[in-house]
Amino acid sequence: MADTMQFDLVSPERRLASVQAREVRIPGADGDLTAMPDHSPLITTLRPGILTVVSAEGSVDYAVTGGFAEISAAGASVLAERAMPKAEVTAAEMDALISDATAEAGEAPAEGKDAAMKLVADLQTLKAALGL
Amino acid sequence: MPSLKDLKNRIGSVKSTRKITKAMQMVAAAKLRRAQEAAEAARPYAERMNAVMAGLAASVGGSDSAPRLLAGTGADKTHMLVVMTAERGLCGGFNSSIVRLARAKAAELIAAGKTVKIITVGKKGREQLKRDYADHFVAHVDLSEVKKIGYDNAQSIARDLIHRFDHGEFDVATIFFNRFQSVISQIPTAQQVIPAKFEQAEGTGSAALYDYEPSEEEILADLLPRGVATQVFTALLENGASEQGARMSAMDNATRNAGDMIDKLTIQFNRSRQAAITNELIEIISGAEAL
Repeated sequence: MADTMQFDLVSPERRLASVQAREVRIPGADGDLTAMPDHSPLITTLRPGILTVVSAEGSVDYAVTGGFAEISAAGASVLAERAMPKAEVTAAEMDALISDATAEAGEAPAEGKDAAMKLVADLQTLKAALGL
Repeated sequence: MPSLKDLKNRIGSVKSTRKITKAMQMVAAAKLRRAQEAAEAARPYAERMNAVMAGLAASVGGSDSAPRLLAGTGADKTHMLVVMTAERGLCGGFNSSIVRLARAKAAELIAAGKTVKIITVGKKGREQLKRDYADHFVAHVDLSEVKKIGYDNAQSIARDLIHRFDHGEFDVATIFFNRFQSVISQIPTAQQVIPAKFEQAEGTGSAALYDYEPSEEEILADLLPRGVATQVFTALLENGASEQGARMSAMDNATRNAGDMIDKLTIQFNRSRQAAITNELIEIISGAEAL
């Protein structure tokens, strides 16, 4: 069994990472999951959270807000709507995201209300996890 | 016959024009490089997105539960044209070529009895379309304050589009932009974004069977709006690169023309000066002979 796999993290504006990873911990919409080499093919959406990539050089954390991940036996790629290295996130950015999401939740129609509120809660959890 | 002073002024003004066009060309070249880099950086995301969506669309598309963004409203009555142009002129045929394509499409749709609505992105296209299609304008997106086009800009355009679509304002949306081919060639392109269409990337037919979490439909419903935003973003970036490319070659031409003009005017100036000197000499000589 191969002990590493190709991992790509791309956002619409740039490619953030392209490394050989040993494992990737992904904040999936239905719960966290860890992708390792030879994972069964899976596509999942993401919730805002922290994505951890463990490679030979150690582990790197990224903050992602939504998007989706495509996992196959050969590798994993995460297409995040917004992603940045954990250290680069500022409290102001998080607050802006949270207030946007809150405003949207306020306008959301009844059937989308729960999802919108969950997004706000996830963002707040992410902010707390980042220690901001 | 212009006087020597006129010619001199003329040469001076053409020289400063040349300086300006030369500077604009160099600025465009620098911006082009940046725009191209941005377009390239965005490519992996767009490609992956497209591949995943194409796969999903193929498996869900046929069913009745397919989201409306994919399946459409079932009607083909109202068309939304999103015309993306530049905020500034002096870039050759860049704006006109997009507008020409959009205008042809609009005329064709109107002739077929459909309703046409237009959203303009960028001031120049709006000005050009105003004369014939001002009644069809529904919105305008001003990007003149935006220094560097980000995903946020695309997202807000896409969000507005989807919002209008959900409220039944239109059935089909098409975006018009210039696809960047090279500095001297940009291709005006019309691309349908709603209902979504995907170019089937080669090799995806035999892709592994994926598990979906949550269900395929839910993922698709989540991804489709992102897909629209991604397409708009790609279009904006291509347009940005095309604009700079077009401006660069237009300014290069202008600089060269100015150079030619300066040469011509200088020759004319020298000839007139020589003619004036010769004239004076003739007058002196014939005056002396008369004595």
